[in-house]
Amino acid sequence: MEDVKRIVIRSRGVPLRGNDIDTDRIIPARYLKTVVFDGLGVHAFEDDRAQLRAAGKTHPFDDARYTAARILVVNRNFGCGSSREHAPQALIRWSRGLQAIVGESFAEIFQGNCVATGMPCAVVDSPVAEALLAGIEKDPSLELQVDLQTLTISAGPHRYAFSMPEGARRQFMEGRWDSTAELLAGKDQILATAARIPYFSAYAADDGTPRVERTL
Amino acid sequence: MGQTLYEKVFDRHVVAKLPSGQYQLLIGLHLIHEVTSPQAFSMLDGRGLGVLMPERTFATVDHIIPTTSQLRPYSDSLAEEMMAFLERNVKKHGIRFLSPARGEQGIVHVIGPEAGLTQPGSTIACGDSHTSTHGAFGAIALGIGTSQVRDVLASQTLAIDKLKVRRIEVTGSLRPGVYAKDVTLHVIGKLGVNGGVGFAYEYAGSVIERMTMDERMTVCNMSIEGGARCGYVNPDETTYRYLEGRPFTPKGEAWQRAVADWQSLRSDSDARYDDTVTLRGEEIEPIVTWGITPGQSIGVNGTIPREADFPVNERGIVREAYEYMSLQAGQKIRGTKVDVAFIGSCTNGRLSDFEEVVRLVRGAGLTVRPHVRALVVPGSQAVRRAMIEKGYDQILIAAGFEFREAGCSMCLAMNPDKLQGREVCASSSNRNFKGRQGSPTGRTLLMSPAMVAAAALTGEVTDARELFHVS
Repeated sequence: MEDVKRIVIRSRGVPLRGNDIDTDRIIPARYLKTVVFDGLGVHAFEDDRAQLRAAGKTHPFDDARYTAARILVVNRNFGCGSSREHAPQALIRWSRGLQAIVGESFAEIFQGNCVATGMPCAVVDSPVAEALLAGIEKDPSLELQVDLQTLTISAGPHRYAFSMPEGARRQFMEGRWDSTAELLAGKDQILATAARIPYFSAYAADDGTPRVERTL
Repeated sequence: MGQTLYEKVFDRHVVAKLPSGQYQLLIGLHLIHEVTSPQAFSMLDGRGLGVLMPERTFATVDHIIPTTSQLRPYSDSLAEEMMAFLERNVKKHGIRFLSPARGEQGIVHVIGPEAGLTQPGSTIACGDSHTSTHGAFGAIALGIGTSQVRDVLASQTLAIDKLKVRRIEVTGSLRPGVYAKDVTLHVIGKLGVNGGVGFAYEYAGSVIERMTMDERMTVCNMSIEGGARCGYVNPDETTYRYLEGRPFTPKGEAWQRAVADWQSLRSDSDARYDDTVTLRGEEIEPIVTWGITPGQSIGVNGTIPREADFPVNERGIVREAYEYMSLQAGQKIRGTKVDVAFIGSCTNGRLSDFEEVVRLVRGAGLTVRPHVRALVVPGSQAVRRAMIEKGYDQILIAAGFEFREAGCSMCLAMNPDKLQGREVCASSSNRNFKGRQGSPTGRTLLMSPAMVAAAALTGEVTDARELFHVS
């Protein structure tokens, strides 16, 4: 995945109401039986969608009015539960690929995983989430604009403030949300820090062979 | 002003402050498993990178492994592929594989402590949210995603923000028949499933101090269900007694030095906390979840709460829970018929959990009700061997339980152990999310192992204290 800057995301929205929507719902565990992330997009919210269909209702992810949307709007504690990165990996592969999520709050590991997948999570107050959800439901063609530069979301004539961890914001703005290279750049410092920590040498036996070779 | 253990351990492991403002944190122990590591290894391959400290990475297989027989190849070809992928990766990178063939396999959060890999004052990462379990030893233990698994493999470090610390003090003592599982469900019920976002939880107070390591692990395990990415207990004599002599702990003089170091990392008495919460141990009852989040719980003798009892913005998921669970406000949870009983998982799959179940089952002289499928799944091969040595397998089988091989099993049902249709499961695991146990419409009631045993023997949700005459 190439590093590109994520400063302004402009798109229609898909509204998904409800607090505490967990990662098992975003991508059921049976789809974690894979050694790649490809193909996860079509399974996003699969069980929720099927259950609503069976009840004669339509999940927003099955609603033709929202298939062009690349910004997801949610309520509180979205992405709670398991650490599976498969959840945001499914969302960035759903339909045309989600590019940002706006919500009242996000579970921490999920939010970190979204950074790693290049998808900003914008945190808004509860009335703002409601206004956005209602606005999109009323007019699915409503254009949203999530601007990381100004920390504002525009929806038609309205503008709302959002927040996000400053570190994540800078990573998106500067296109440095893929952290591996940056972490490895400090390799000498990594080794120096390890040398200072008492237990880092404690796995070695007296003769210097790593204790990992011993059987349990 | 003193410091918390979290601050001391965090500061010690900081490699650098990154341009983003995040910290680069050195990871002392990296645990990996078959589900969240394959893509990380592929990403390394794609960039031509290796594993920086393979001797600090340990692998096992737990999520997908069948529990009826561990013989290869697994009948599920996808599971077999994941296992084969893991075997190739650990071989290629020189990573120690705690494998079924060597008898060292188990749920990653059970075998780390068993082997003595989990140590006070260390930083631990694993691509699994229940990594918080290891905090029981006074470690900073973080669940991470696959891209972060890649980062730790490549650099032994993580880019991360520093958390705030909330001290949760559980005072007094627990009443008979109340377990660590009830304590953690009580904490989540009180503080909410997102109350811990942005916090590390420090568990303290006389109830926690008196707990065994297994019990502390149960409490720390479910920190994540309360939204806290990690939870910990300050190390003490109980911690050191548990660890001494385990395969990967320091020996002889090095052990003495390690204990002195660990003692110095305990939170200072004048440490400043971002928040403090006090809960009374006497107020905690045997708890059962009735809904679709671990926070939707009540005492076993309670009734399903009314929608009006919740703040307006929580009522949506309350209504969703009534509908999904087919339960109504005002209804008693006690007497709810169960189809399946599951005892196991990283929350409650340790030897002491099964010891307690065996003690209660033997004393009751009852057998599992005919309509209930009851699974006992040890958390590791070592736990399983110990159970067999003590004859627990025979006692449980005679009482009508299925005695299985070690793994995550029906906690998340990535192996063949799944609920069918709308079955109701009394479960000692950690999540009651919709569809969690393998059937998209299956229903989960979380509770302690003793309560699961009581449900298995009576066929319905039962107050274990009455069934087993605990007073």
